[in-house]
Amino acid sequence: MPATRPASLPASVLVLGIGNVLWADEGFGVRCIETLAETFEVPPHVRLLDGGTQGLYLLPFLEQADALLVFDAIDYGLAPGTLKVVRDADVPAFMGAKKMSLHQTGFQDVIATAQLLGRCPPLLTLIGCQPVELEDYGGGLRPAVAAAIAPALEVAFRELQDWGVTLVPGRSSSADLADPSIRRHAYEDGRPAEELACRVGDDRFFPGAG
Amino acid sequence: MTATPNGFNLDNSGRRIVVDPVTRIEGHMRCEVNVDENNYIRNAVSTGTMWRGLEVILKGRDPRDAWAFTERICGVCTGTHALTSVRAVEDALAIKIPDNANSIRNIMQLNLQIHDHIVHFYHLHALDWVNPINALRADPKATSELQQAVSPSHPLSSPGYFRDVQNRLKKFVESGQLGLFKNGYWDNPAYLLPPEADLMATTHYLEALDLQKEIVKVHTIFGGKNPHPNWLVGGVPCPINIDGVGAVGAINMERLNMVSSIIDLCNTFNKNVYIPDVIAIGGFYKNWLYGGGLSGKSVLAYGDIPEHPNNFDAAQLHLPRGAIINGNLNEVHDVDPRDPEQVQEFVDHSWYTYAEPGKGLHPWDGVTEPKYELGPNAKGTRTNILELDEAAKYSWIKAPRWRGNAMEVGPLARYVVGYAKGHEDIKNQVEGLLRTMNLPVTALFSTLGRTAARALESEYCGRLQKYFFDKLVTNIKNGDQSTANVEKWDPKTWPKEAKGVGMTEAPRGALGHWIRIKDGRIDNYQCVVPTTWNGSPRDTKGNIGAFEASLMDTYMERPDEPVEILRTLHSFDPCLACSTHVMSPDGDVLTTVKVR
Repeated sequence: MPATRPASLPASVLVLGIGNVLWADEGFGVRCIETLAETFEVPPHVRLLDGGTQGLYLLPFLEQADALLVFDAIDYGLAPGTLKVVRDADVPAFMGAKKMSLHQTGFQDVIATAQLLGRCPPLLTLIGCQPVELEDYGGGLRPAVAAAIAPALEVAFRELQDWGVTLVPGRSSSADLADPSIRRHAYEDGRPAEELACRVGDDRFFPGAG
Repeated sequence: MTATPNGFNLDNSGRRIVVDPVTRIEGHMRCEVNVDENNYIRNAVSTGTMWRGLEVILKGRDPRDAWAFTERICGVCTGTHALTSVRAVEDALAIKIPDNANSIRNIMQLNLQIHDHIVHFYHLHALDWVNPINALRADPKATSELQQAVSPSHPLSSPGYFRDVQNRLKKFVESGQLGLFKNGYWDNPAYLLPPEADLMATTHYLEALDLQKEIVKVHTIFGGKNPHPNWLVGGVPCPINIDGVGAVGAINMERLNMVSSIIDLCNTFNKNVYIPDVIAIGGFYKNWLYGGGLSGKSVLAYGDIPEHPNNFDAAQLHLPRGAIINGNLNEVHDVDPRDPEQVQEFVDHSWYTYAEPGKGLHPWDGVTEPKYELGPNAKGTRTNILELDEAAKYSWIKAPRWRGNAMEVGPLARYVVGYAKGHEDIKNQVEGLLRTMNLPVTALFSTLGRTAARALESEYCGRLQKYFFDKLVTNIKNGDQSTANVEKWDPKTWPKEAKGVGMTEAPRGALGHWIRIKDGRIDNYQCVVPTTWNGSPRDTKGNIGAFEASLMDTYMERPDEPVEILRTLHSFDPCLACSTHVMSPDGDVLTTVKVR
């Protein structure tokens, strides 16, 4: 990865949300993309993508991009709901997973693979949010993390501006977004009651949480 | 020493080795073994966190949406879960899908099978056999000669090509970003390939990366997008307009031609690269025939890829269905997922509780009530377990059994069932491979056999993909453009109560979804996934699960470097997807291996 950023503006920009919507605040990245698509119109050279927990499936999207902006839930050891932005060479380091990120073909590997192939976007920005709760299968975003979406989009707005991309209020229609049945409100409002469906977590693999 | 009913002698008196987590898999898994004084594994314990049953999420929701949720369970087999889900709903509501939908679903399922097998072999499993660091020492000219000997028709074989790859690899390794290749045990004597074979295989690791991107475009074409393609109860969500033009919208000839060329790419890669690599690499490990576990004893396959829509009779499935128990290959039992006596889940050694201890429950009556407690001999605390007590509850995975038997599922199980049933394509492939490698049929029951079966299956699925593509095109040309049946889309047309089951063969094995629908909503939903079968803990009678069985009596070169354990566990392509995806700055150490 080059130490300095390229002088010219990126011709193709990928804005990606990753994480698993089924695990509470893990859905942060995907929900950011969803909200972005509902509130802004992006120009044609910007692609919005719900990456879920996909690994190598995301490789072709990375390769086609000159700049990559990623939203994700990240454990920085900060106060829950805090945003942190890292750029370029720092991104992979922040994507080194500890016990919680166990997808071995996770996003860190996707970046490493793109680098091995010499096709990693030269511009990388990661907008991460410290989660409140992950250990709630079927749960939605906690208020502190939900409240971080708007400021995260503001950061993205400025970041994209630096890349020559202007977002205008409106909507973006993208085929790459989640099915309506699992978009945030349908998903969170349709959750079965606790007495109907067990919500007990698995503290064994989440040291510090138990 | 304890003898298990399924034929293994367990001895937990030796040193205990804990591998946590097992890397290069989906999800979280931990494994503990005891080795004797000669470093042979004499006891094995596998445990995992699985998701806590989809009923947690799906109860009360619209059954027509279940696929979109199940697609998010896992980062790998999204489409397979979605397909299983729509099949379960269609089964419950007696919805008949049209012929084109059957062909398109088969193409998508086969495509996923091939994609998963290739990615598994090159990107998750190869590093158990191939040493990319050793590849830096290879002579590119000798590598070129090796390549031409192994696969004369593969065009990428010049010395210059291998030199370029070697340089790229060198640069990557020297940049300190070992990334993909970190956490390897590259000095371990268990690695047997000469540098040239390591370079050839590492080169194909890169070629496979490029190929896999092409393969999945089939999902974008038929599913509207990828990742997370769209599915539809009643058929497939892509209309056909064969004379249409343009990149957006219905399936037209241009798009079908694209699918056709991707199918050709898969077939060429399987023939020129994947199969020759398995034979070449396998040839160096022919004496390493550990890891058979249950594969020569008890295997299970639900079967898949129906010739005709809505017909799941065993005789109509291209991937075979059947169960073999106690190693009797002369008798293949049919499998009925509705029969309450056949598939049952036990929880005596799992962190759940049933009203009646020792009893197995059929998935339609499945209960997911957690009960987390460590046995009296466990070491450590509830949140930091040092050593599990396998005599008590020790896993979040339930123990599914077929008529009370622990079963292996997956490509090798499918191939053993197919071979025993005399499935012509499978039998020919297996016999051809054994002949080429000069190995007896018993060699199949091994870690290497599992890896080879996956490669053969990738090749067979490639041919089937072509077959269903031709079938689809012929049917369209004959004037049938129907892709969905929406007669029963409206819940008003549904019975007050209904139940159904959907079955598929996921890349890693038999997958079933059982659904109960009440008043138009999901009342209960249970998935029994392949890794639940393979990774299951002990059951009421003391039978050990497939992972556990496969590790038994394996020799370890260095007990603190679990190459052999990873090799065998990876050969199942395990997927314990439930895990989250949070990232952290302080996360270099992925696996700890403790010898106690």
